[in-house]
Amino acid sequence: MPIQYYLFLSMALFCIGIMGTLMRRNAIIIFMCIELMLNAVNLLMVAFSKMYGDAQAQVFVFFIMVVAAAEVSVGLAIIVMMYRKVHSVDINILNRLKH
Amino acid sequence: MTQLVYLIPLFPLLGFLVNGIFWKKMPKNMGGIIGSVAVLASFVVSLCIFFEVKSDSFQGPVVVNLFEFINSGKLVIPFSFQVDALSSLFLLIITGVGFLIHVYSTSYMHDDAGMVKYFAYLNLFVFSMLLLVLGSNYLIMFIGWEGVGLCSYLLIGFWYKNRDYTNAAKKAFVMNRIGDLGFLVGMLLILLNYGTLSYQEFFGQLGSSHVAVSNNLYNWIAICLFIGATGKSAQIPLFTWLPDAMAGPTPVSALIHAATMVTAGIYMIARSGALYSLAPMALNIVAIVGTATALISASIAIKQYDIKRVLAYSTVSQLGFMFIALGVGAYTTAVFHVMTHAFFKALLFLGSGSVIHAMGGEQDIRKMGGLGKKMRVTQITFLIGCLAISGIPGLSGFFSKDEILAAAYAHNPMLYYCGLAGAMMTAFYMFRLYFLTFHGKFRGTEEQHHHLHESPAAITIPLMVLAILSIVGGYVGLPAVLSEHHSLMAFLKPAVTNFDPRELEHGTEWMLMGLSTGVAVIMIIFAFVRTKTPNFSPNTGLAKVLENKWYVDELYDAIIVRPIAALSKLLDRFMERSGIDGFVNGVGKGVRWSSDRVRLMQSGQVGSYIFVMVIGMVLLFILGFFWVS
Amino acid sequence: MGLYEILFWFLTVMALGCALGVILSRNPISSVLFLIATFFAISGHYILMNAQFLAIVNIIVYAGAIMVLFLFVIMLMNLNADTEPQKNRLIQLAGVISGGILFLVILGALRNVPVASLERTNTGIGLIKNLGKVLFTQFVLPFEISSVLFLSAMIGAIVIGRKE
Repeated sequence: MPIQYYLFLSMALFCIGIMGTLMRRNAIIIFMCIELMLNAVNLLMVAFSKMYGDAQAQVFVFFIMVVAAAEVSVGLAIIVMMYRKVHSVDINILNRLKH
Repeated sequence: MTQLVYLIPLFPLLGFLVNGIFWKKMPKNMGGIIGSVAVLASFVVSLCIFFEVKSDSFQGPVVVNLFEFINSGKLVIPFSFQVDALSSLFLLIITGVGFLIHVYSTSYMHDDAGMVKYFAYLNLFVFSMLLLVLGSNYLIMFIGWEGVGLCSYLLIGFWYKNRDYTNAAKKAFVMNRIGDLGFLVGMLLILLNYGTLSYQEFFGQLGSSHVAVSNNLYNWIAICLFIGATGKSAQIPLFTWLPDAMAGPTPVSALIHAATMVTAGIYMIARSGALYSLAPMALNIVAIVGTATALISASIAIKQYDIKRVLAYSTVSQLGFMFIALGVGAYTTAVFHVMTHAFFKALLFLGSGSVIHAMGGEQDIRKMGGLGKKMRVTQITFLIGCLAISGIPGLSGFFSKDEILAAAYAHNPMLYYCGLAGAMMTAFYMFRLYFLTFHGKFRGTEEQHHHLHESPAAITIPLMVLAILSIVGGYVGLPAVLSEHHSLMAFLKPAVTNFDPRELEHGTEWMLMGLSTGVAVIMIIFAFVRTKTPNFSPNTGLAKVLENKWYVDELYDAIIVRPIAALSKLLDRFMERSGIDGFVNGVGKGVRWSSDRVRLMQSGQVGSYIFVMVIGMVLLFILGFFWVS
Repeated sequence: MGLYEILFWFLTVMALGCALGVILSRNPISSVLFLIATFFAISGHYILMNAQFLAIVNIIVYAGAIMVLFLFVIMLMNLNADTEPQKNRLIQLAGVISGGILFLVILGALRNVPVASLERTNTGIGLIKNLGKVLFTQFVLPFEISSVLFLSAMIGAIVIGRKE
């Protein structure tokens, strides 16, 4: 398989993730789209790792997963908090940044 | 022994640190003892070094390297001291007179709350002055130079609660700074052209031809250094600070403004004699400025009523004499006069301090008179000082002043006549002061009269020591007609490059001596007659001009101070307020205005931010991949 | 077209389709399920590239742990298609267009990269043994530090999530 195929595949996944974040208002869905983008990057890293025959990239993927797991735990806690406060997960309600 | 020279400034420095750090907690007497002992220790070391320098085995100047002070590229300036005849003589004067004044101060300042602080300043001053004369290059001298300037500021404004006194301190500091700038420029000129500031290296290169310089350069360097000297030694045009500096405690006036600090300029020029010998134009300027200063300040002193102010102007006038000597190339003579002047002027100041002490702070001689009956020791010592400064034969002032006049006559008779006129006025105003203070009837209040008393031993003993020195101090330099051996000149010969003074005929010299003695005696008698019936009616005509010091302060005020103040106000209004402030405030206002507009773009919704971010990413990609490559 | 290619294309289509499903489905629950399917497809790709360890970790951590967490949260909040907030059509269109533009731009930028085949290299690096060696020699310090990261994330989640 040429490397381009993986390149384009991960690009496509990444862009789908971006479209998702732009289209949806549900905070959880947006969060899932971010996970999707992370996975797209992981996929590409593994492909490069195979291409160069180097294990370091795979270790990096491993660390990305570690960080993602930590990030998800905190992020979901924040979303739960937000839901408790405003009884909604709609990000348009969160416009405090304006003030 | 010469290797231990660093001990001399070290003791006062330690005294300063101890007194300065613990001044709040220390008992008052303790501060005085520490300060005096520190200077005494330096004096002892100075004596040892002086005798070593005087001995025949001493070979040329010794440079003691302490550590490297500046090392930057080609410029290497060590922190080192130079021991030779000139510096060892000054060491003796500074530490000796300084010690006496310290002892005097322990009594004089006894009732002052800030006594320990006072001694800390005094020690710092002695330290700076020692650094000034000990340094083996101009930079070390400059450190001491600035140090004494700082200390004089601190001590003049010692009673800082009085606004006039702090103003006087500021005036002294600013005047000194003007001169210091000249010194600095001269120093940098030397550094630029010779690459060194060390005396020995610099003077060694002066005559040699491998530094291609014109006579002009010598003149410029010499004039710049002389500007520094006019500031420190109170010459025209920077002399007005010294009379005002009398605001400080009287021992300070004696120490700083009579015996030591003001002689820094003389020392510097005597030290740079090799340079000045190559700069005839600068020498002429020195002589002319010295003459003018001697005459003008002596004329002012005639009509002053403040006892310390008379002495201050007399100091300026005597400094003028020293500069005349320097200007005609008789460096040794100038140093000779520095020495004798240090004795009798310190004596006079301390005597006036004793009088002021007895009068309870009164300084106006119109309110004194007849003090001699109550204060015998003060009167006699003061009289000796007056006789010495007036140039009565047998006392120290006669020998040094006569030597100056003789050198001036040999150089140019015109200088001699001016100098004679100055000496004439000196005799008159000193004895006017003496008669008004110690003779006649008491003119003060009854309470003051009741209070009059002789001062304690700590005050009178230094007076007596200084009186003895004022008498015998002149015998180190007997004139040629009396003795073949001029011991001071012989001593200073290796250190000071003297012009060979043109030998005068013995007959001429006798005549000159007789003339100056004659006018001095006539003036003393004249002063006695004039003060027999004191008349203090308001002055008119020339006397009024003299009383107001030739209106020099007013002149400076009108020519320099006020235009600058007006210009500053103008700049303040137009440059500062509307220019710089306007610009700064304008930037602030602009940012505020534009941010008021820009914040409308913020919706506060996360979605729109992500959207904008993606757009930005796209643009960056386009830029990065298609545009740049 | 060998088995390898067939699998590749199958997994690719599955990944893209499920990813589109994530962003297009109205019900959050089905979004989560689509995402899990996407992760399975990506894990399949990992296996194809002989990165077995990552494939397993991906399934265990992402599909197993993280997505279950998502499901729990969604169920806790009782979200469903009816409560789903909807953006208006115009904004959705703008999102699609800008995402598409991004895709096209990157595509255009990377169109000319030199072709390199993945087969030419040694394929043993993705095995647990090799990866473990690298992880516990060269990267042992970051590995240990990541445990601190987890600890702080745990504490953070508890602090944020507790009731006042």
